Amino acid sequence: MCATQSATAPLPTRRSCPFDPPPEYERLREQEPVSPLAFPDGKVGWLLTRHEDVRALLADERFSSDRLRASLPVRAFRGRPEDFGPRSGMLLTMDPPEHTRYRRMLTRYFTVRRMRALAPRIEQVVADHLDAMERGGPPVDLVSAFARPIPSLVICELLGVPYTDRDRFQGWTSTLLRIELEEDEALAARDALHGYMRDLVAAKRAHPDDALLSNLIARDDGEDPEVDLTDEELSGIGRLLLVAGHETTANMLALGTYTLLSHPGQLRALREHPEGIERAVEELLRYLTIVQFGIVRVAREDVEIGGRSIRAGETVLASLAAANRDPEHFADPEELDLDREPSQHVAFGHGFHQCLGQQLARVEMEIAFPALLRRFPTLRLAVPPEQVPMRDDMFIYGVHALPLTWDRPSDQGS
Amino acid sequence: MNTGKTMRIRIDHDRCRGAGQCALNAPELFDQSEDDGTVVLLDDEPPPELHDSARLAAALCPNAVISIVEDS
Repeated sequence: MCATQSATAPLPTRRSCPFDPPPEYERLREQEPVSPLAFPDGKVGWLLTRHEDVRALLADERFSSDRLRASLPVRAFRGRPEDFGPRSGMLLTMDPPEHTRYRRMLTRYFTVRRMRALAPRIEQVVADHLDAMERGGPPVDLVSAFARPIPSLVICELLGVPYTDRDRFQGWTSTLLRIELEEDEALAARDALHGYMRDLVAAKRAHPDDALLSNLIARDDGEDPEVDLTDEELSGIGRLLLVAGHETTANMLALGTYTLLSHPGQLRALREHPEGIERAVEELLRYLTIVQFGIVRVAREDVEIGGRSIRAGETVLASLAAANRDPEHFADPEELDLDREPSQHVAFGHGFHQCLGQQLARVEMEIAFPALLRRFPTLRLAVPPEQVPMRDDMFIYGVHALPLTWDRPSDQGS
Repeated sequence: MNTGKTMRIRIDHDRCRGAGQCALNAPELFDQSEDDGTVVLLDDEPPPELHDSARLAAALCPNAVISIVEDS
């Protein structure tokens, strides 16, 4: 086969199967694992598709997370420059030591122990939504009835955001995660979300509660700017956690359910052995890799990766989806194997920025999937698979809706 | 795999960002601080039956915080 060495192409985004990344990644990983990439802003950078290279990049401090210097992999709203600047609270796009300061403040709220302590409340929330689904009867859109409200309610309670405001902020957050978005629409959503969160921070200063935002305010000593957070910082942290808490687990729950329903043998085994849910969740994370366009980094200096010279200032895109299907690291990577041995999947990223909320996501999924399967033993798609609207147009992959049906007890004669 | 060797665990605490992979995968050996979520090493010379857990925690740590020294 004739290798198209050094042909600079845009990021492959066309999937041939809803559960698999674009097939072009496989060719790139085999033939050109560090390949020149044409970014939508006209700049040329690099695309990494091997697991080893992706992990190395994300752990390499010669690369910066600074969003202001990086090109974005797809045409998308960048935000206003001050959204990512110093003391903006937007730790996702910061480097040490600024990132470290925020991360050390926040990690205590997302430890394994703390997230496990939320399990009884999450079980209750899941049961409430299953009850409502059962009362309403089929068909049901799993996204609006289950997958979105559960993580939304949980992150709202954790942060201290009124869940009753959800129609407002869910609209803004989903707008901001769309690609190919018009600038004025993006700015309107951005400004609305900023205004909402600033007002909320002011309300927490006036009337604190027991949740995270009030806790962050309560640690102020009024003197040390390293400790005290400004309203802008609190608002930035609040926006990041609210968006991240909404759009990630929600999409894993809906897309994960669709995946399970499309793999009946695997689903049957999981129903028979629900204690295997921990491995199953890790495998769904690997297999689906909903951060579909990957993570960008900017070289601070000239660096060599896989024999290619990356110049200072160039953007490198780590494809998490390609890395998670690398046969050098995963046996039969194209197979969904819910009993796969623990592996170094990069669905949560890698390095200092590895997902802050990952333990929350795990607990939510480990509770929600088995409860859903237990409640509806005959759960199935209510439409032909080709009618399930996929989120190819969103930063976070998944389904826009998942119409499901099941046999009611009366239908089954039980 | 139980090799019968002794194992020592070392922690590079400055690199820890509290992802929690260690506390999740080897809770007998690692916990997270209530103050900042960073790693708390519970046992720096784990018994042989916990060696696999220790290796897994080291392999899954996103920041190479955990290093393992094994002697025969």
